[in-house]
Amino acid sequence: MTELFPQAMPLQGFSGGLLIGLAAAIMLLGLGRIAGVSGMAARATGIADSGAPRNIAIAFIVGLPLGALTAALFLGPVVTHFPQSPLPLVIGGLLVGFGTRLGSGCTSGHGVCGLSRLSPRSVVATGIFIASGFVTVALLRFGGLL
Amino acid sequence: MKQVAVAVVSGLLFGAGLAVSGMADPMRVQAFLDIFGTWDPTLAFVMGGAIVPMAVAWIIQKRMQAPMACDAFDLPGTTKIDRKLAVGAVLFGAGWGIGGLCPGPAIADLALAAGPALVFVAAMLGGMTLHRLLPSNRAT
Repeated sequence: MTELFPQAMPLQGFSGGLLIGLAAAIMLLGLGRIAGVSGMAARATGIADSGAPRNIAIAFIVGLPLGALTAALFLGPVVTHFPQSPLPLVIGGLLVGFGTRLGSGCTSGHGVCGLSRLSPRSVVATGIFIASGFVTVALLRFGGLL
Repeated sequence: MKQVAVAVVSGLLFGAGLAVSGMADPMRVQAFLDIFGTWDPTLAFVMGGAIVPMAVAWIIQKRMQAPMACDAFDLPGTTKIDRKLAVGAVLFGAGWGIGGLCPGPAIADLALAAGPALVFVAAMLGGMTLHRLLPSNRAT
């Protein structure tokens, strides 16, 4: 694996994934809800007025950066490489915000929670957003924008 | 109070998982989507790892009358596969590819790379607000 794909981190990926799945399981079995980040973010900010109780959404959303920070404190620096220009961040952010509301979910809600439930809607949504991501990055690459 | 504590624990573990898995790095996520470049399969391992505990949780959920910390389950019941779902997923996937970020990592990165993460999150909330302002979604 690491010879074929030199930058792959299968072990870290899988163990981090287990933590994410455990987090979503706690939300489901503890509070009876889907740990969907886009929905929770819309609810926490008041952009959506239905969904999780506001205090639950805010608590979950605030936990995300605190959890990442805690992991960085205990396990060492977490590397992030962001685009140099703000333009892809702004365009990407607008599309992600609009698209996740229109499509009722993102990687966590449709991907993690929906796929594991074998929800046909989530299976379709996940297939489409991954395919769309493949096509978009291919276009960026062949357009010389990567 | 107990419910808020459960939600915080869920968010903390989620954020820690994103950091541990490498998914906090937009370049790594973009590399998963870059099938004509130096493809990085890490994201597939993250999804695989996350689905394991959740698959078990759904089996347990079917046997439960109510969640442990509140009165009732409140789960999506829609089964309609419609144009909104498809168009939304296309737009989301495009933005995910352009920025290398989806909502979870973007928000988690506010603690790791505050400046650029804030630009993305602000634009994302802008996109959500635009959707809310569509004539069909205005609160009546």
